[in-house]
Amino acid sequence: MFTFLAHRLLQLIPTLFFVSIIIFGLQQLLPGDPATTMAGEERDEAAIAAIKAKYRLDEPIPVQYFYWMRGVFQGDLGESLRIKEPVARLVLQKLPVTAQLAGMAIVIALSIGISMGVVSAVKKDTAWDYAANVIALWGISTPNFWLGILLIFLFSMTLGWLPPGGYVGPGEDFWGSLERLIMPAFVLGNAIAAIIMRHTRSAMLQVLAQDYVRTARSKGLYERRVIMKHAFRNALTPVITLGALELGTLLSGAVLTEQIFTVPGFGKLVVDAVFNRDYFVIQGVVLVTATVYITLNLLADIAYVLVNPRLRS
Amino acid sequence: MFASRLVLAAALSAALASTAAAQSTLRIGLAEDPDILDPTMARTYVGRIVFASICDKLFDIDENVKIVPQLATGYEIAPDGKTVTIKLRAGVLFHDGEKFDAEAAKFSLERHLTMQGSFRRGEISPIDKVEVVDPLTIRLALKAPFAPLIAALTDRAGMMVSPKAAKELGANFGTKPVCAGPYRFVERVAQRHIIVEKFKDYWNKDNVHIDKIVYQPIEDSTVRLANLRAGSLDIIERMLATDAATVKKDSKFVLAAVTELGYQGITINVGNGPRSKTPYGENAKVRRAFELAIDRQAIVQVVFNGEFIPGNQWVSPGNAMYQQSLPIPKRDVAAAKKLLAEAGVKTPYAIELMVPNNPETRQVAEVIQSMVKEAGFDVKIRVTEFATSLNTAEKGDFEIYMLAWSGRTDPDGNLYSFVSCKGPLNYGKYCDPETDKLLDQSRTVNDPAARKTVFERVAQRTVAGGPILYLYHRKMFFPHTTKLQGFKPMPDGLIRVVGLKI
Repeated sequence: MFTFLAHRLLQLIPTLFFVSIIIFGLQQLLPGDPATTMAGEERDEAAIAAIKAKYRLDEPIPVQYFYWMRGVFQGDLGESLRIKEPVARLVLQKLPVTAQLAGMAIVIALSIGISMGVVSAVKKDTAWDYAANVIALWGISTPNFWLGILLIFLFSMTLGWLPPGGYVGPGEDFWGSLERLIMPAFVLGNAIAAIIMRHTRSAMLQVLAQDYVRTARSKGLYERRVIMKHAFRNALTPVITLGALELGTLLSGAVLTEQIFTVPGFGKLVVDAVFNRDYFVIQGVVLVTATVYITLNLLADIAYVLVNPRLRS
Repeated sequence: MFASRLVLAAALSAALASTAAAQSTLRIGLAEDPDILDPTMARTYVGRIVFASICDKLFDIDENVKIVPQLATGYEIAPDGKTVTIKLRAGVLFHDGEKFDAEAAKFSLERHLTMQGSFRRGEISPIDKVEVVDPLTIRLALKAPFAPLIAALTDRAGMMVSPKAAKELGANFGTKPVCAGPYRFVERVAQRHIIVEKFKDYWNKDNVHIDKIVYQPIEDSTVRLANLRAGSLDIIERMLATDAATVKKDSKFVLAAVTELGYQGITINVGNGPRSKTPYGENAKVRRAFELAIDRQAIVQVVFNGEFIPGNQWVSPGNAMYQQSLPIPKRDVAAAKKLLAEAGVKTPYAIELMVPNNPETRQVAEVIQSMVKEAGFDVKIRVTEFATSLNTAEKGDFEIYMLAWSGRTDPDGNLYSFVSCKGPLNYGKYCDPETDKLLDQSRTVNDPAARKTVFERVAQRTVAGGPILYLYHRKMFFPHTTKLQGFKPMPDGLIRVVGLKI
């Protein structure tokens, strides 16, 4: 067990190193340099030169990389060129927002997706099944931005039930926070619900065709008990894996949805940073996201070993 | 006893509730998240909207772009134009309680002039020395006469910062700006909001009626408008022209609008590298033909529902400095064809138009493409992301480039940097010694009428067939709820908050 852990931890080092090089290298490919982009209309050459010198943008790329990594190792992710805030602070500001949005979205996705999947599997080839399929297809094929704007028009402008966007933390105003995030969470959850529904349906169909289900039925158990206790539980495993994967994707930021509902999360942070060529923000956020991903992966592996004794030797 | 306590408690809580309700808040929807809130380092237009509530300036402008006093009470320019004496307002405090006086004004101006990475230096660089005459008077010694100076002091270069806070915070002043405006900075959460609250010791506090202002950036204009209509904002900036008709019909909203100080136009590569060596870049006749082939009124009509103002100069036709002697030419395809033939250009003549990627400018480009086709131009549109397009333009990798300018109070700010030989925004590298001479002359003349005459001679050289094809001037729309009272749109597009009620 110990050697396994040590082995995996050692693997982390080269992985993160390569990730950092890739992030740094890729963003150098963006046309236009940060100082000039930042200056925008104000083309003051002396000022632009001062910015370049201050952030070492006039140094060779490997030197810039070195200074960045040196900062990272000292816990300093640099500061935003545009608003002079430390990147670490920006990340800490946005992480809870994105986490909350992703969490709400996945809850919505799982509750809609699983229940519809089960129903359509159990009522295979009936009107229920077709209806669920149509809804799922609609969910997958509806563009996020379109659905988002539609929801704003309906619930915020016409009915006046929900605020059209923005964000307050659940600590400041719990219901206000839910109110503001419910629409973006639904838009995100809706698309994922469709995928989950399809997977639940096929997993359920597979399980329902198994011998033990037939046995359970022949024992004279209530159909409800057969489905919920015997079939559903076994069908759930692949669905949970899928849900976890989707959650990972959501955590890296839902760019379009955050833009429409003006949710100040990760996605919006990165997109704005790219357009403003705010290098340190892009680097910092991508590095943090990558680290979170890799760490989660590691934890999953460890959990797997703990659960499955065969892997321990 | 118990009953009286109850009554007291009820009265107290009622009193508390009423003070809480009396807290008035103005919610402003911005089109972008502002950059750093340091007047010396700031660069964006949207940032200036926020400064309008937190940082007062020496001077301001009124609805007619006339210069009016703010933290200064008046100024005097010596006959030789090289000394400017400015009287300052008495009894003004900064948000940290520090006194605003001649020393503070000197500090702020010198900060703009000398700070590392200052974007203000260029705007007021002719200032050689700032002297304190008495506690409420400063004297600026100039290297040479500089007519646009006072106008520069109506914007960020005229913003006064608390010397104490500026020294303490240094380069991080913008994370917690301390100025002398009607509102003081409270909090900023990037991309979420900027909150400011009423400054109780403001010099003009009797005219400040709203307790708190929340600035909220929402990039998408449709979503920004939706937020206004849903009641979660009170006023928004930069609404699309195509939404004007809908808002006008809605009795719950008022649509305030003003013509911008800037312009929208096409910059032509006339001397920046090998790509300027084309008939278009080298021959004024070809450029003139292109201009005659377009119909500005039609562009405005098709793309902007007729809401914008066609124009052919660096200021709009309504501006006092517009040259009536050079009106907008009528579309004349036959004349355009003739000019092309005279220039010996074979048609269809292919030309590449670089356009920053946004739906409106792309549409304008398409309309132009189809208009000039009739005269024999074959325009290829190259849509480029904005930051990339600036970079490309700087390198000279373009033939013609659709570019907007947000505009400055003084016409010099729309002109000098663009058409003078060494101008930092002269992407096409137009260079004409005679124009340069005239431009320098325009800076030394303080009398408006005399200045206009000098500008007329610049216009004669640069407007028809020149380095920039001016197209139209946007109207800036500020739809707001009827609850908001006293809002007057200003030509610089900044939201003045003094006098507003909600």
